Amino acid sequence: MTKIDKTDLRWLLISLTVLVAGAAWIWMSAVPAGTSTAGRIPAPRQSFLAPDFTLETADGQTFTMSELRGKPVLINLWTSWCPPCKAEMPALQRAYQRYQSEDLVILGINATNQDSQVAALNFAAENGLSFPILMDTAGEVSAIYQLRSLPTSYFVDHEGIIQEVVVGGPMSEALIRINVEKLLE
Amino acid sequence: MFPTIQIGPLALQAPGLILLGGLWLGLSLAEKLAMPNREAVNHLYNLTFTALIAGIIGARLAYLLRFPDAFMANPFSLLSLNPGLLDRNAGLAVGLLAAVVYGQRKNLNFWFTLDRLTPLFAVFMVAISLSNFASGGAFGAPTDLPWGIELWGATRHPTQIYAALLAAGILVLVVRWQATKSTAGMVFLQFVAWSAAAMLLVEGFRGDSLLVGAGLRLAQLVAWGLLALSLWGLWSLGQTDRDRISPSYPTERV
Repeated sequence: MTKIDKTDLRWLLISLTVLVAGAAWIWMSAVPAGTSTAGRIPAPRQSFLAPDFTLETADGQTFTMSELRGKPVLINLWTSWCPPCKAEMPALQRAYQRYQSEDLVILGINATNQDSQVAALNFAAENGLSFPILMDTAGEVSAIYQLRSLPTSYFVDHEGIIQEVVVGGPMSEALIRINVEKLLE
Repeated sequence: MFPTIQIGPLALQAPGLILLGGLWLGLSLAEKLAMPNREAVNHLYNLTFTALIAGIIGARLAYLLRFPDAFMANPFSLLSLNPGLLDRNAGLAVGLLAAVVYGQRKNLNFWFTLDRLTPLFAVFMVAISLSNFASGGAFGAPTDLPWGIELWGATRHPTQIYAALLAAGILVLVVRWQATKSTAGMVFLQFVAWSAAAMLLVEGFRGDSLLVGAGLRLAQLVAWGLLALSLWGLWSLGQTDRDRISPSYPTERV
């Protein structure tokens, strides 16, 4: 056997060993049935179940997230003092008008624990917002949705799974419409 | 996890910033290792920016083609800086195509150019892992191990950190390989082999893997295929090197 053959043989053995070990690891680390997260753990993240909450509007109408299953939901966390929140509201309103007939629910959740309810309602009235404005007076939803930046929006599909999270703003109307259309596909 | 950095009214996306930083650092390192070949450095920059700009335009146009009504309602959205309006797969395809076209027009040596770009790829792999750590993406499966991190409602394997450490180790190797004279393509293929092995290993600890039949993870199967291909490529390059069939390693051309 020549020297080159020996080198080839050694390389072949190393390669085979590596590939067999890799295949064994693939087999060993296969996900057992039923243990994948598969989006069923509530967390404020894409591919996870949207955490449940119950909030009221200023006039006492109650909304519970888990009861909205079967409909696409856009959750928008905002305050009246935040410029990008205010800037994206007209686009949200237009999207609501465009897709309301297709069962789209938009929940404008005011982080009232860091805002004024009066200021929030005045802003909604001045801008003709017709989707529900929920008051998060205790900051409960801000906490469970790990709000780090205003505004933050969550696009939730009809199964309650978050399909997209948009941190910061303002969102363009195209971005809103595209994400809503993906929910409706 | 630190998805945003709030500076006054500005919410900066930390994952995106880390990726941009990785690109800049990677290019700087590739430039440093390509010195003193000034022409090679210029080609590296031009190639990278051509691919980047073409990729961004392609990614936005792909969205325009898919959702024309959304853009027609507000055409200025085409110029939006929001990364949510970019189709990553289309961007990658267009970027790669642009790089290939640039390389052909400038008559660049394929393998040699990939070798020159490998430090950029290696730094970018570290940046991707850190970006995932910032966003909470590519997260691990639940674990009881003491170094598990609290994320998304469970104590999980810090897979982003595993990946970052392995990518950092591969980066060190890449810098060493660049210093040695070898057949064109060796540095790149060694990088691919080690990166595929790292991906194969880390993916096994992930909690968000895309599964194919029998609970097998798609990314591991892809990584295994890449590993096999790169090992074959390395053997093939070594063979031609020994046989002295291929021209000697180019040192002046890019």
